[in-house]
Amino acid sequence: MATATVAPHDEAAHEHHEHHDNFITKYIFTQDHKMIGKQFLITGMFWAIIGGFLSILFRFQLGFPEMSMEFLRPLLGGWIDESGALDPNFYLALVTMHGTIMVFFVLTAGLSGTFSNYLIPLQIGARDMASGFMNMLSYWFFFLSGVIMFISLFIKTGPASGGWVVYPPLSALEQAIPGSGLGMTLWLISMTFFIVSSLLGGINYITTVINLRTKGMSFSRLPLTIWAFFLTAVIGLLSFPVLFAAALLLVFDRSFGTSFYLSDIYIGGEALPNTGGSPVLYQHLFWFLGHPEVYIVLLPALGITSEVIATNSRKPIFGYKAMIISMLGITILSFIVWAHHMFVSGMNPFLGSIFMFLTLIIAVPSAVKVFNYLTTLWRGNLIFTPAMLFSIGLVSFFISGGLTGIFLGNSAIDIQLHDTYFVVAHFHLVMGSASFFGLMAGVYHWFPKMFGRMMDAKLGYIHFWLTFTGVYLVFFPMHYIGIAGFPRRYYSWTNFNFADMYTDLNMFVSVAAIITFAAQFIFIFNFFYSMYRGRKATLNPWRSNTLEWTTPLYPEHGNWPGEIPTVYRWPYDYSKPGAAEDFIPQTVPLSATPESNLPHEQEMVALEMEIMKDESEVLVANESKH
Amino acid sequence: MEKELKYVDMVEQPISMHPKKFALWLFMVSVVMVFAGLTSAYIVRQAEGNWLEYDLPEIFWITSGIALLSSCTLHWAYFSAKKDNFLNLKIGMGLTVLLGIAFLIGQWYSWVAMVDREVFFVGNPAGSFLYVFTGLHAAHLISGVIFLIIVLISTLRLQVHSKAMDVMEMAATYWHFLGGLWLYLFMFLLLNH
Repeated sequence: MATATVAPHDEAAHEHHEHHDNFITKYIFTQDHKMIGKQFLITGMFWAIIGGFLSILFRFQLGFPEMSMEFLRPLLGGWIDESGALDPNFYLALVTMHGTIMVFFVLTAGLSGTFSNYLIPLQIGARDMASGFMNMLSYWFFFLSGVIMFISLFIKTGPASGGWVVYPPLSALEQAIPGSGLGMTLWLISMTFFIVSSLLGGINYITTVINLRTKGMSFSRLPLTIWAFFLTAVIGLLSFPVLFAAALLLVFDRSFGTSFYLSDIYIGGEALPNTGGSPVLYQHLFWFLGHPEVYIVLLPALGITSEVIATNSRKPIFGYKAMIISMLGITILSFIVWAHHMFVSGMNPFLGSIFMFLTLIIAVPSAVKVFNYLTTLWRGNLIFTPAMLFSIGLVSFFISGGLTGIFLGNSAIDIQLHDTYFVVAHFHLVMGSASFFGLMAGVYHWFPKMFGRMMDAKLGYIHFWLTFTGVYLVFFPMHYIGIAGFPRRYYSWTNFNFADMYTDLNMFVSVAAIITFAAQFIFIFNFFYSMYRGRKATLNPWRSNTLEWTTPLYPEHGNWPGEIPTVYRWPYDYSKPGAAEDFIPQTVPLSATPESNLPHEQEMVALEMEIMKDESEVLVANESKH
Repeated sequence: MEKELKYVDMVEQPISMHPKKFALWLFMVSVVMVFAGLTSAYIVRQAEGNWLEYDLPEIFWITSGIALLSSCTLHWAYFSAKKDNFLNLKIGMGLTVLLGIAFLIGQWYSWVAMVDREVFFVGNPAGSFLYVFTGLHAAHLISGVIFLIIVLISTLRLQVHSKAMDVMEMAATYWHFLGGLWLYLFMFLLLNH
């Protein structure tokens, strides 16, 4: 963990003499989108290790409930009691912090923050983001939010423990659990800074994509990565403010004594003064963010996958427009399905049916995307780079996790499955692991652009296979445990007879989780080793079409040393019949490739020639005037 | 020359807007979402019953008038800046800042009026919501007044004129938005209390 934060500064020392910026403006308070992207990536990796480690701690408890945790005492101190068992309150804190960290800090900031920042200006042909200063603020608000969350891990009453959804009244009353005291306050402060960071980032992404595209880069020529980042930012812009509203009312309930979410509560036989509140109100507000958040996490990963699969299949992406339309469909639908998280909250069953119907519609655009990935792969000249493997892994998780979504989306079946391990298995596959694999695909694919060196492919393969099998071994058995009725977030089931027969399955899951977690250190090693000792990259190692590969190996702030290149075609001209090479970069004009142009493109060239003739006549006329 | 011309074909500069103005619009979208979330929470909560009935403070009519008036004076200042009429510009900006502060004071007195009605921040959510709406709107309005003061200072330094209207336009957009937001909140409360 220490190396993760120290490493970029080491790199700073190496390159320092080449630049005019001083150390602080280049590596710390930088306004260069590329460096900000790397800052998000390194910070995201740091949080991923913490979040993963927390999950290992509670998997110890779930897989080996009788085990003595005495060996963890140096780390956890008082959270291990005299008999060597994990404190149940701390178990709740562990699951809460694991969820919060993974959803917000790793898969939102670490994924969207890294690749939106790094790729948007490079792929649309811009010098930088619309506002470099706002972009810098976005990172430092995120950093501040992380610092506060990190501190909350170490306070005496423990971090927030009410689940990552922090439902009141559990989260609103200090008397409820120790974590609802100072830990919850720090959680809310941290999340407020996180929302500010997301909004600053999102406003920048949208502004940049709409206003700063290079000549010829129309929306119909944007790489699908950019479409995905753009729509992700739109979702964030519309949903994070609502989380802010929900959190604001929760703050008032906690610290000022209002009753937005609290009503008629008795603690120790004594009534609290709060009256007239509604805890379900919080759930509505929270899930209005919470469900779009799923797509904030997933869409960037899907965008990265589109790019990586097309490049490494040496084929144009199948159904470019269908991909965009289905992403738009997912964006819109994501805002009108939130109540499927609340089927058992006592809502009107008729309303439940409507939300069920809307939820199941999401299967359509999702299936279109899966179909398009598979048909892009179909009979392609596949090149199995580590990034490609991780992308295919994403498609696999998206299918297997998506199918269980159809079950959960049914309000009747959800009565049995709600808040069981079936749900845990579902969202860890379709949202957690799929997005994580998208993140990994992105890192392996764009590492040469980020650091000018290649990552080791063999270690990449080992990392992929261990992680891929590991994820299935962890989450597949959870479906069975869930159908059997095991509730999530429970510290121990050993008191229940029906739970006994699954003890060994839980043990199996825990062992698989530990191995999968350990495998991630292969990646960490590969990442930092390759940063200094990796093979030097060529300018376009994956023979890709998009604009970022036209920059120098170590692009300076401003990205292109001369003019920004102009774009003449869409980004997916791979293996075009008749072309000399199996890729034609976006910067090559149609008139330069008569051998591979399609009939309608040839017509456009003819049109071009006419326009050019007119223009040259005007030019000649102007010249003769002088 | 022909080779040079080859590379200008089929190329058009994508339409674009001033990036900062665009970012301001996106910021306003996020503010709209905050209040959309809060007002829909109000409706959902109200539908559940156990709802305290009370009369809205009359001073809201006055503050709404001030909000409208301040938008007018700002627009007057805006047109004056376009015509390089600096005296009117300065008067208009000064008046708008004063009206903005008057609005905030008026909103404070609405809270006083609420307390007189014995509807407090802590109590039935019906009352608490009103404090949250007005308070959060006032917080945004303070940011608007600060923005206006910054523009006022630059008008005094003659940095706003017909050739340099960007900041002025952004201030006008934001201020009209905040006024409109208040009118929405007031109408919402009139219809739903």
